[in-house]
Amino acid sequence: MNNRLYGNLIFELSKEGRKGYSLPKNNFGSYEIPASMMRNEEAALPECDELTVVRHYTNLSNNNFGVDTGFYPLGSCTMKYNPKINEEMAALPQFQGLHPEQPANTTKGALALVSLLEKSLCELTGLAHFTFKPYAGAHGELTGLMTIDNYHRSRGDMQRKKVIVPDSAHGTNPASAAVCGLEIVEVKSLADGTVDFEDLKRLVAEEGPNIAAMMMTNPNTLGLFETRIPEIAKLIHDCGGLMYYDGANLNPMLGACRPGDMGFDVMHINLHKTFSTPHGGGGPGSGPVGVREGLQEFFPTVSPYHGNFAVMMRAYAYILSLGKEHVKEVGPLAVLNANYIKESLKDVYELPIDTVCCHEFVFDGLKDKSTGVTTMDVAKRLLDYGYHAPTIYFPLLFHESLMVEPTENESKETLDGFIAVMRKIAEEAKTDPELVKTAPHNTPIGRVDDVLAAKQVIVNYRQLKAKA
Amino acid sequence: MAKFEEGLLYSESHEYIRVEGEYGYIGISDYAQHALGNVVYVDMPDVDDDVTAGEEFGAVESVKAASDLFSPVSGTVVEVNEALEDTPELLNEDAFANWIIKVQLSDKAELDNLMDAKAYQAFCEKE
Repeated sequence: MNNRLYGNLIFELSKEGRKGYSLPKNNFGSYEIPASMMRNEEAALPECDELTVVRHYTNLSNNNFGVDTGFYPLGSCTMKYNPKINEEMAALPQFQGLHPEQPANTTKGALALVSLLEKSLCELTGLAHFTFKPYAGAHGELTGLMTIDNYHRSRGDMQRKKVIVPDSAHGTNPASAAVCGLEIVEVKSLADGTVDFEDLKRLVAEEGPNIAAMMMTNPNTLGLFETRIPEIAKLIHDCGGLMYYDGANLNPMLGACRPGDMGFDVMHINLHKTFSTPHGGGGPGSGPVGVREGLQEFFPTVSPYHGNFAVMMRAYAYILSLGKEHVKEVGPLAVLNANYIKESLKDVYELPIDTVCCHEFVFDGLKDKSTGVTTMDVAKRLLDYGYHAPTIYFPLLFHESLMVEPTENESKETLDGFIAVMRKIAEEAKTDPELVKTAPHNTPIGRVDDVLAAKQVIVNYRQLKAKA
Repeated sequence: MAKFEEGLLYSESHEYIRVEGEYGYIGISDYAQHALGNVVYVDMPDVDDDVTAGEEFGAVESVKAASDLFSPVSGTVVEVNEALEDTPELLNEDAFANWIIKVQLSDKAELDNLMDAKAYQAFCEKE
């Protein structure tokens, strides 16, 4: 990988005066731009010929790793395959050219699709209405909490400002509550990883009239199914609060059980996780929010538009491709795949909570800690073997968390390949720990200095030049 | 292996306090430093800020995670360890020598709720 075009920034390939474009003759005259609006110096743009630009970015893109190039077991992210038919449907010319400001009577097909998708999601979740305005999961959480806040205010119940969040929750839960102007109260987990019901009872006894909602992810962040949901829901409802379901881990439940039936009042879905739309890289997400009958009037207006429509088209294509019968197989297969990996590796990796997991599970590093090889080293070594690293050092409940979520799409051969490599790395940690500690060795860029990167943030060329 | 310095008092959230008269030096334990990994940033309060026992007074960020700091006692911040602003890794080098804030204690009875080195070590072994 000694490619000059890859190893350099486009700015470093720049040659003064070189360009890859020619502008047409100006037939429209010149407009005088006020001096106050003119920049004082030339913009520092890279100057390259077309071929250099093409090679530079093609080489960069060849070094991308995605679910289309290899196994991507990133826990809690549900990096499932995005079927190509989704793309084909989203690219239909009848839909592709839609403009959000187009008159409603010219967009009836699109509105029908939104309504059909809403119907499908209602059926799959047991809730009554969905809004598609939120542009991503965290935006959905905020929308859901604003809905809850609006509901309490409408009843003149102004003091309900506390949101109960389990200590195992995704960081977005407390963050969304804080952005919504609500206060977070943490409920502890038991040693088995589920919510401590006794601690919750204490919280409710103390804070009852102030509780706006409880946010839960089920299965939780350890990939464990919360078994006491009906009791929890009753406790929260009895004190006047609402139940919020974080849809981050909806995948294993798909077709098996429904948040609405468990007593949840409000939830968001990550279409870019459970419903196979592209995920990651800051691409367009979609976080529709569903509510129980009667709560829909409290939806806030978080966007003037219908959200990311093309993402919704992909999700609907996915639902139609599977159909009612096959959508039921998603959850069980995701659970089977995760348990297969967990059981095949738990003799060499530390499994702190040894039970049947759902779609993902968490190891607490290697079983043999004497070698000094950490979860970070294992994750880096996986890159050498052509795998994306799992989620590491999350959840925070363990020191060496390594969280694997294979999704339902992977074949037994792929899972066996991953298991073999994970076992090989565990072996290497004993026989040649230095090899693992200094990994990766086969990637274009070796071990990066995390500490330096966090302390001296250089994210653009100007900063790099200033540093030099 | 983590060190547990005698003579200090420890909280369950892994802060320690070294009491000297009416003042206390508060930092994170060596165990906490080990668990966090390389520390890259320490968020500290200002001098004259009030802190409350059990409540957050700042945060420590490492390459692994950002963790809130909880004050083991109530009182007023009289000094912050400014060296940590530029060299947060001092916490990794010696967590006990590099305290984070110096506090004037408002209620010495709160110290009774904390653990001594032996009890704290037993607590960490359970974690």
